[in-house]
Amino acid sequence: MIKNISNLGDAALYCDFGNEVNKSINSQVIKYFKTIKEKKFEGINNLTPSYNKLIISYDLKKTNFKEVKNYVENINAQDSKDINSKKLEIPVCCHENFSMDIKRLGEILKLSREKILENFLNKEYFCYMTGFIAGMPFLGDLDENMRAQRLETPRVKVPKGSVALTEQFANIYTFESPGGWNILGNTPLDVFDSSKEDKPNLINPGDTVIFKEITLDQYKNYNEQ
Amino acid sequence: MSNNYLDIIRPGINTTFQDKGRDHLYHIGIPFSGAMDNRNYLIANKLVNNNLDSAVIEFAYQGPHIKYSGEKINCAITGDVIFSIKKKDTEIEGKCYESYQIENGDEINIISTNKSVYGYLALGVEFDLKFQWNSCSINTKANIGSNDGKRLDAGQRINLKKINSNKDIKKTNYINTKIENIRVIKGTNFDYFSEEGKKIFYEKEFIVSKLSDRMGMRLEGPKIDNIVNTNIKSEGLIKGVIQVPADGNPIIMLSDHGTIGGYPKIGVVASVDYDRLVQMSPGSKIKFKEINLSDAETLFKLYEMETQNLLSQI
Repeated sequence: MIKNISNLGDAALYCDFGNEVNKSINSQVIKYFKTIKEKKFEGINNLTPSYNKLIISYDLKKTNFKEVKNYVENINAQDSKDINSKKLEIPVCCHENFSMDIKRLGEILKLSREKILENFLNKEYFCYMTGFIAGMPFLGDLDENMRAQRLETPRVKVPKGSVALTEQFANIYTFESPGGWNILGNTPLDVFDSSKEDKPNLINPGDTVIFKEITLDQYKNYNEQ
Repeated sequence: MSNNYLDIIRPGINTTFQDKGRDHLYHIGIPFSGAMDNRNYLIANKLVNNNLDSAVIEFAYQGPHIKYSGEKINCAITGDVIFSIKKKDTEIEGKCYESYQIENGDEINIISTNKSVYGYLALGVEFDLKFQWNSCSINTKANIGSNDGKRLDAGQRINLKKINSNKDIKKTNYINTKIENIRVIKGTNFDYFSEEGKKIFYEKEFIVSKLSDRMGMRLEGPKIDNIVNTNIKSEGLIKGVIQVPADGNPIIMLSDHGTIGGYPKIGVVASVDYDRLVQMSPGSKIKFKEINLSDAETLFKLYEMETQNLLSQI
């Protein structure tokens, strides 16, 4: 449930579902997100679900804080039957060409390269949210012994397709962008495709993702099959 | 193919097509984009008898130099812009907020914006552009929108699909007012900052840094001290949010902002001041002034009425 609603500026509602990050709170966020999205309330022009918050922005020319708050407070958020949630396998190549931060991770986590990959691969991760850059999924949760802070100085350019870790989360850089996450590998998959206007994102909030390792040769041939 | 087109002789620094932008896409990571200074965008379209949501050419600092080929069309430039129009035998100094008729072979040379950032060139035409999610707005960061999501480049040709039949010449007297005080509403992490930090935020001057673009405006000034945590769990952002990262220098989210962020939010710029905020060039001084939600709503209503009034007089 929403614990508190406040305003974020004069054109958005800040719905707080709690401070913790877990699947159950996030499922509540997604439930509200999907319900409100479907109802198409006049004036609401964007919804941003995240781990434990939902930001609802609106056109101040058409509505205001009081109206939208009243609407959200009285909404009957439907349990989405998860018909839209998918289970996806993401191929990832962890060859040293790509795994730029695996040494750093090894030092921080005091784990060998093999152990890091064993801990990371072939497990189910839940997509909490997408964003920051178009289509970037925020996936969790990593095992306790796999959690590291972001780089002290972020990279100016993280290559497209990079699979990276920070704290309890993994993400995928959908295109080249600045970023400070620890890079473990690279996927040849197009995780964001702006030519598909209906479904530009391969991974959406609520989906489950499993990373499967591929070799460098498989990576190179991936888009030629 | 159309016989009416523009050739870009010099593209300028950051020249893009923009319109009203795109909505309902934050959840997949795509921001609004659209014209940064909405009021000047609307006026530009009105001056050339366009629909108000038509595409215009937005430029920052130095604008493009364009050569036109085709039948007669109208053009107008809004903002605080220095430009000239070169005709067969003469070159005239252009005035903003007036429409001009240009014909085959004429050139528009947009030299620079004057102590401001963005200017708008509207043409009384429909450009031949690709739309994505109902908008041609170019987001260079995600390569979304017309022109493959890239800024305009030298040597490029832009085709025009249609030319307005209404070629009435229009003019308005509008002066861009400058403000030093940007009104803000308290952010959701206001209490993350020390008493001294809060005081600095509202009382001291900040300088707009050179590292500002359509995504964000970085400010420099006295450091704002965080006493709780310099990171929050990543959550949604909207334009106008002022985040303060660990280094204590505020960053204001602008129209092409990342949709999710993990720095504490000290404030949010009131919608009424957004158009004027984006026009503050590097080196400008900014002071923040706190207002409450209901005042912000009223002030925006008045601003919007003023915009509509300006448009109705053109």
